[in-house]
Amino acid sequence: MFWQKALETLQRDRLEALQLKRLKETTARVYEKVPYYKKLFKSKGITPRHIKTLKDVVMLPFTTREDLQKNYPDKLLTIKHHDTLRLHTSSGTTGKPKAIFFTRNDIDVAANNIARCLTMTGVTKADVLQNMMSYGLFTGGLMMHYGAEKIGVLVIPSATGNTDRQLLLMEDFGTTSIHLTPSYALYLSDIFEKKGPAFRKKLKLKRAYMGAEPYTEETKNKIEALLKVKVYNSYGLTEMNGPGVAFECGLQNGMHLWEDSYIMEIVDPKTDKQLPDGEIGELILTTLTREGMPIIRYRTRDLTAIIPEKCKCGRTHRRIMRIKGRADDMFIMRGVNIYPQQIERVLMGVAHVEKNYQIYLDEGDKIKVKVEITKQLFDGNLEHLKKLQTDLTEKLRTEILIRPSVELVEPGTLPVSEGKAKRVFDNRKIY
Amino acid sequence: MPILKQLSVFVQNQPGKIERLTSILAENNINILAFNIASSGEYGVIKIIADKPELAYKKYKEAGLTAYLSEVLGIKMQDKPGGLHDAAKIIAKNSLNVENAYVYVPKSRKSAMLVIDVRDVKAAKKNIAFGKKQKSK
Repeated sequence: MFWQKALETLQRDRLEALQLKRLKETTARVYEKVPYYKKLFKSKGITPRHIKTLKDVVMLPFTTREDLQKNYPDKLLTIKHHDTLRLHTSSGTTGKPKAIFFTRNDIDVAANNIARCLTMTGVTKADVLQNMMSYGLFTGGLMMHYGAEKIGVLVIPSATGNTDRQLLLMEDFGTTSIHLTPSYALYLSDIFEKKGPAFRKKLKLKRAYMGAEPYTEETKNKIEALLKVKVYNSYGLTEMNGPGVAFECGLQNGMHLWEDSYIMEIVDPKTDKQLPDGEIGELILTTLTREGMPIIRYRTRDLTAIIPEKCKCGRTHRRIMRIKGRADDMFIMRGVNIYPQQIERVLMGVAHVEKNYQIYLDEGDKIKVKVEITKQLFDGNLEHLKKLQTDLTEKLRTEILIRPSVELVEPGTLPVSEGKAKRVFDNRKIY
Repeated sequence: MPILKQLSVFVQNQPGKIERLTSILAENNINILAFNIASSGEYGVIKIIADKPELAYKKYKEAGLTAYLSEVLGIKMQDKPGGLHDAAKIIAKNSLNVENAYVYVPKSRKSAMLVIDVRDVKAAKKNIAFGKKQKSK
């Protein structure tokens, strides 16, 4: 099923012509309206006039997370911020967030892309979508909501948590589709198992859209078996409109990325050189229709590859593979983006702990921070150590929104890795 | 009422940890006079009164251990029934805030020493001395 068949199956040459036209408009817009971009363009010795073919995109400067933070709150806008309609911020960070602004048209385009995503998995207005993502600054809740409404789906904005109520809503309103994080889906799987097959029989559940966190094919298979639903992978990030940037079609084999809204590239994160289709590298995205806050060559830091083969579903928009990892040391837990630097900042603030810490991520959304007790932290008093442990736990919880377990360890017990210090040990098997 | 040097060492609660501490002292011919462990489950603090505290501290640091050298107060007690009670009376009378306490018995076995960890050792010592003076009047 198609939401916009003509556009979704547009011949590649026509799709690319549309991309080029929109790329020219976008570069002209930011060059003219955003001093920061003008400066970046100039530092590369280019102007929008240098963009003659799609291949010329490589001449454009990258936009990094730091660029967005540097220009916080609204310096990358092409219009006054009161002429936009909504802002979202990237999840998690309590330092300087990345604020992304949307005009009415920007929201409309994002919602339209989501309508395509849902439709290609078989959703019609006869469906009921229970949206178990957080509503608020995070795009996961609101953007999906708008997308589903576009189709005319009945949306239950149940948001996160309160599992008993989630189950009640599912049962009483005949929910057919759910949108949730893989970690919550795993939790729900446990509950379904406990409740037994009689409970599952009462539900009309058909599909689950899982996103906001990376997960493996094994996790997907497990959830499909336990919840007895089809699981569709969703890729998105707030900087690029949130959910629905790329999405699995009914064939569940790679995610179609909407190329009339974005230019995608894969680059080698070390050399910044573009890689051919099929090779794994960092996904770079340029918005093509954003009015309020276009972003040029955004470094997502997500590692994936473009699938070169055409999809049998008939869509011409190329697919990306399941996210294979990160080019930086960010990790995602319970849908929250967490950077080791955030943890480091807290450790520095509370305890002047510098580099002698490590972060361990374990199954079940568990995060453990090991801190070496060095000379500066020790005065022989056990109570002071206990207080340090409690203070660190609390301050970290405030910063990363998840309560970690803080472990105090002797110096020299943390494994020393060669070269670049390894801070994060992810035992969750998500990639 | 002597002021003693106390060595505190941070240790994780794992097998072999105490052995590591004692072996370093043994290798350096340092005699342990008193030994005390305070634990919070996963980790703890070991307190040691040694005959060569500075050397012990130096050796522990060299071994990469997190150690801390501080002053504690020793209250002499008679090694006989009621000995600890007499010492406890001194603590109570002077309202000392004891953070940690343990006992060691020197070789002579004539008297024992109650080691108390108080915040300001020098002030505590002064107060106790002052208190005694008052009593004798």
